[in-house]
Amino acid sequence: MSDTQLPQGDPKGQDSGVHPAHSGPTGAPTPMADRPDTASTDDQSSAHQVAEAAAQSSTEPKPVENEYDGADRETQPAPSHDVPESFNVTVIVRRYDPEVDDEPRWVDYDVQMYPTERILDALHRIKWEQDPSLAFRRSCAHGICGSDAMRINGKNRLACKALVKDFDISKPIYVEAIKGLPLEKDLIVNMEPFFDSYREIQPFLQAASKPEKERHQTIAQRERFDDTTKCILCAACTTSCPVFWTDGQYFGPAAIVNAHRFIFDSRDEASQVRLDILNDKEGVWRCRTTFNCTDACPRGIQVTKAIAEVKQALISGVKL
Amino acid sequence: MSETSSSLTLPDPAPQKTSFSGTLYRGNEGMWSWVLHRITGVAIYFFLLVHVLDTALIRVSPEAYNAVMATYKNPIMGLGETVLVGAVVLHALNGLRVIMVDVWPWATRNQRPLFWIVMGLVVVLMAYFVPNHLINVFSPMEGGH
Repeated sequence: MSDTQLPQGDPKGQDSGVHPAHSGPTGAPTPMADRPDTASTDDQSSAHQVAEAAAQSSTEPKPVENEYDGADRETQPAPSHDVPESFNVTVIVRRYDPEVDDEPRWVDYDVQMYPTERILDALHRIKWEQDPSLAFRRSCAHGICGSDAMRINGKNRLACKALVKDFDISKPIYVEAIKGLPLEKDLIVNMEPFFDSYREIQPFLQAASKPEKERHQTIAQRERFDDTTKCILCAACTTSCPVFWTDGQYFGPAAIVNAHRFIFDSRDEASQVRLDILNDKEGVWRCRTTFNCTDACPRGIQVTKAIAEVKQALISGVKL
Repeated sequence: MSETSSSLTLPDPAPQKTSFSGTLYRGNEGMWSWVLHRITGVAIYFFLLVHVLDTALIRVSPEAYNAVMATYKNPIMGLGETVLVGAVVLHALNGLRVIMVDVWPWATRNQRPLFWIVMGLVVVLMAYFVPNHLINVFSPMEGGH
């Protein structure tokens, strides 16, 4: 695809190690290129990956050799030399079919996995090879779209960013839906209450003045809210919040993060409106600083810090 | 998870909340400090309730007050006092930490070490208090107070 436009290339086959375009030199055909999910995400993800790599290099997997390409997406074994060792992983998924089950139930699956693979690959393998009825959301599969937030071994993460080798594979890996939103099926929850809170804080630029060309902003002004621009609305933070679990009316970390993104934007003129909304009984004051949201954020946003800044803005005004 | 009642601010498209809780969420220091804070807070609240009542007795009749106080003077209540002091110390110190985390950006960034400092202080203070207190509790009473 368009990788050649990036001068430094992107040596990391980040996240999945799947990168059909990179297999060029080795001459390996791109076995999965016709698979819709791979093909459609490739363009976006390659562009994102450069930025991603810088932001997340500490947590990302090491660069994967070209020879590995496609190996983790199975069916077609990689070139015979240097085939990574596969191992058996037990994945226990909390299944729930509202038409059949009264209560969710845990179901075990044994999957052959490679160290370069992610929990999302395990779910794919279960769905494609063992039980097609397994329901879960995923779109880009590269940590950008935020569709596949789920609770893996008791913590909210993106399945597409959770590498199998980072887990203790001698024990089963538990996968279940995120908590606090209505469970619809298997790993799918109703995200509407989450997005309602998001909409409520008016997550769009509001400025009355019409600039001649563009709205100017200094580097420092942009830096002020840079952290909270990274949100991908995956709901990992909001559904890790003990306050949100017990009180579904709480705006939740994600909505506050996105309010923060505009409250501290020098171009925006509706900061006070958003602060008034968040001054509500169910607003920022419900935050109990458990830091679950900060720990859960797959983008590394300092969520609790952002909430604390909004609290301080409510007390002493917005300091841009 | 209990049902949430719909409010004016948030239309809830699915009021019948079928979010069964599943495994225990594996939070870190922040979450456990909150859990401890909540448990000690509720425990102290119930103690205060009783404490206000028994202290108010002195206005009713000093004899009744003395009778109630006498029932407290046994080893079981002595151990209970140890737990109470531990809860109060933890709640107080962690409360200071929570205030700092809320208003002081440095503390927000360093909430984790702050939690362990709080736990360390609790251990030190209790290491001083518990032996002294238990000696008082289990030594024969010399004439009361």
